[in-house]
Amino acid sequence: MTDQIELHDHDSAPEALDKVIIRFAGDSGDGMQLAGTRFTDSSALFGNDLATFPSYPAEIRAPQGTLFGVSSFQVQIADYDILTAGDQPDVLVAMNPAALKSNLEDLRPNGTVIINTDAFDERNLEKAGYDTSPLEDDTLNSYKVHKIPMEKLTKDAVDGTGVTGRAVLRSKNMLALGVMAWLFNRPPETTIEWIEEKFAKLPEVAAANVAAFKGGYNYGFSTEALRTTYTVRKAALEPGTYTNVSGNTATAWGLIAAAQLAGLDLFYGTYPITPASDILHELARHKHFGVKTFQAEDEIAGVGTAVGAAFGGSLSVTGTSGPGLALKSEAVSLAMMIELPLVVIDVQRGGPSTGLPTKPEQSDLLFAMFGRHGEAPLPVIAISSPSDAFETTIEACRIALKYMTPVILLSDNNVANGSEPWKLPDLGGLPDLKPDFITEPNGENGEFLPYKRDAETFARPWAIPGTPGLEHRVGGLEKNETTGNVSYVPSNHQAMTDVRAWKVANIAHDIPPLEVDDPDGADVLVLGWGSSYPPIKAAVNVLRKSGTKVAQAHLRYLNPFPGNLGEVLDRYDKVLVPELNTGQLRFLLRAEFLREIEGLNKVDATPFKVEEIASKIQELIA
Amino acid sequence: MTTLDYTRADFQSDQEVRWCPGCGDYTILASVQKHFAQMGIPKEKVAVISGIGCSSRFPYYVDTYGMHSIHGRAPAIASGLASSRPDLDVWVITGDGDALSIGGNHLIHALRRNMNLKILLFNNQIYGLTKGQYSPTSEVGKRTKSTPMGSIDYPFNPVSLALGAEASFVARTIDADPKHTAQVLAAASDHDGSAFIEIYQNCNVFNDKAFIKLTGKEERDDNRIYLEDGKPVVFGADDEFGVVLIGGHARIVEREKVGDGAIHVHDASEPDPSVAFALSRLNHGPYGPTPLGVLRKVDRPTYDKAINDQVAEAKEARGDGDLASLIASQGTWQVGG
Ligand code: SF4
Repeated sequence: MTDQIELHDHDSAPEALDKVIIRFAGDSGDGMQLAGTRFTDSSALFGNDLATFPSYPAEIRAPQGTLFGVSSFQVQIADYDILTAGDQPDVLVAMNPAALKSNLEDLRPNGTVIINTDAFDERNLEKAGYDTSPLEDDTLNSYKVHKIPMEKLTKDAVDGTGVTGRAVLRSKNMLALGVMAWLFNRPPETTIEWIEEKFAKLPEVAAANVAAFKGGYNYGFSTEALRTTYTVRKAALEPGTYTNVSGNTATAWGLIAAAQLAGLDLFYGTYPITPASDILHELARHKHFGVKTFQAEDEIAGVGTAVGAAFGGSLSVTGTSGPGLALKSEAVSLAMMIELPLVVIDVQRGGPSTGLPTKPEQSDLLFAMFGRHGEAPLPVIAISSPSDAFETTIEACRIALKYMTPVILLSDNNVANGSEPWKLPDLGGLPDLKPDFITEPNGENGEFLPYKRDAETFARPWAIPGTPGLEHRVGGLEKNETTGNVSYVPSNHQAMTDVRAWKVANIAHDIPPLEVDDPDGADVLVLGWGSSYPPIKAAVNVLRKSGTKVAQAHLRYLNPFPGNLGEVLDRYDKVLVPELNTGQLRFLLRAEFLREIEGLNKVDATPFKVEEIASKIQELIA
Repeated sequence: MTTLDYTRADFQSDQEVRWCPGCGDYTILASVQKHFAQMGIPKEKVAVISGIGCSSRFPYYVDTYGMHSIHGRAPAIASGLASSRPDLDVWVITGDGDALSIGGNHLIHALRRNMNLKILLFNNQIYGLTKGQYSPTSEVGKRTKSTPMGSIDYPFNPVSLALGAEASFVARTIDADPKHTAQVLAAASDHDGSAFIEIYQNCNVFNDKAFIKLTGKEERDDNRIYLEDGKPVVFGADDEFGVVLIGGHARIVEREKVGDGAIHVHDASEPDPSVAFALSRLNHGPYGPTPLGVLRKVDRPTYDKAINDQVAEAKEARGDGDLASLIASQGTWQVGG
């Protein structure tokens, strides 16, 4: 029956914007993540460049209407290459007083607020800490305000679809989305199809949501104040096929791809933890790729099962966040000692301890570097944005398999839950990761020497159970440098400690040199790692437009560093490292290169704003 | 395939065995090596995974694939191996401290999942490798270096614990009875799924004679209750004692007082674990009449098979995964070109 509701066409041409930043905010039960994601996807399909930043409370059902129960989703869409979800929203959709209160200060002056007035009753105002209603006092004076009775409109729209009672208002996020689709000229058809597919098993719910969406869209048509609409044209991205992808999804796909490239089954041993669990969820959907997911009894068993599967010849991966990385430490050291390939993914979040589970931070770098007992260096590499996740994940697997070592792959909340357009790679161009399983004895007397190393990589051979004649034992006790038998000989321990360190250090020869983007011969270099890439790059772009000279480089490899890093640093008077911690990469650079490094550091639960980085750069140049 | 006429020597590695002379581990090692020779499984298909402790040195001495891992984690590591390689025969060697203290969580979950692992828990009721602290199976009041006034920890009954953890196969044997050990190992090999075997093992250095009631010439016949399927549970030098079940409890009786009709007939395949549990409560430590043998052996789907079945099922239903369609699965758009 909702098919019968006709959608009105826009009768005047929209005003074109080069970019717009929209934040959907509401109670965590209001469905803002879904509305935001859908708005994003329709913009992606429309051809905009975009970047998103979801933010939600750590509590699953935070008390309704409260400030700490507010969930928001910010998206920037643009007709040019943008990198971040933007510093200041141009438009705020506020579904209740708490959402307005906690987000209004971020809105740019003269920005637009779209308000669900039905939620502004006395109780909700009080919960949000408003003494008088912001709809009536002068709180909103400096903004363009659209007051919309979204609950009443939802009830009217949903009437007759079969959905009744309290369930009716669940569709109000679709009503809000309809208004936004109208206002920003997003093609409504793709969203209607998406709703119908999403709720295919619940036809009444689908009908209610479509009706609410159309109701919002048509409300835009019939409301004078919403007659001026906007559009953001397609972005001139590099030619290719694009999809909109989140970091966790792309990480999961990278693992699946790496397993295919290696010709191995993928084994993912893990324990649910925010914000890493979506990697597990994504992998669990793709068992037909030979993916085995193992939801273990705890973090230790998560990595333990992965170590066992690595011994058996799988591409083995464990995924976690900070607290879990701490628990896995001993088993990672075992994998390092017995020299098996293992990828350990740490999707960082605010720490220490339980910290801020749903907020971004880059504060596990030093733990990834040093969080093991004994002399236990491991390769550490970091993903810089959702569109970098696929390739960097494959790279982590490549290093693990080639060098028979655990590799720590750092992601974080920004990468994991943020999304952006990703140009699909040429699959034929991906590296061959096929391991050389050893099948014949390698000793001079026909014996198998499990620690006899490859002359170039220092990797030991991988002999998997089931291979006749190569039965051998590995273990955490120090091993003789060729036979692998337990050895307490002091000089052997020295030699083995040295060779394990060399093996990792030597990877520097197998990674690309650090590329520096420095078109104008600058004196200041901004050096980043991980998810501070998008705001750094955006800040550098902004500054260059105004004629400022600044160089920029980004580290994917944190251990070992690219071989030319020292020489790159030497070329600049000042080096700035922005990172969401108190200065961890800076600490490593100072220790390694004995030189001064400037830091831009914060741990305030939000990603860097472009403006923050740009003004710090200017400060250094001045 | 060639016939596998192995002898024990085929499963002896070239490493010198380094347990204390007289340690019960030697007998168990010999029993297991002999069993491996008779299993009919090619040795390259056998993997032995251990944790940390005296018993956990075991893999070094067995010429199969093996891993001496970290404290308590062997069941987890072995679970990863068994799930990813269902073609292998995976054995876990652990001790009372390794399996019941630091690794208790992994043990119960491996049993609950019915992972195809043969788990041998060498119970010597002491920490040997760290030189003699009390363990989670030591008796209350035990004086050790860490408990000079006596232990105040109430001990586990490992067999009861395994039954409570939904184990599909639970057995107990003793180092001093290699013949019985051989039978129990054979029954475990015959079982599809996790098999938990508690092996009483004498640590002659730090806890000598802990099992004297079961090993001493004088006492052993009165204290070994051998459970055999389909047979009445009787024991004693002249089989003068028996076990009856009353109101769900197992009780030791004098046969002649109750008559043979009342004696419980053992059936390890009984689906309800409460009978096996009742039998397991006949003792709480080796201090009196103690059930030995297979308490429980029931069929249940195994995790390692199920996880691989799901992969096969998914391939069957959806075909082999195609990477190009995967990365395009969330909708794509075209720019330029
Ligand atoms: S300390 Fe005890 S258990 Fe350990 S090897 Fe010596 S006798 Fe055996």
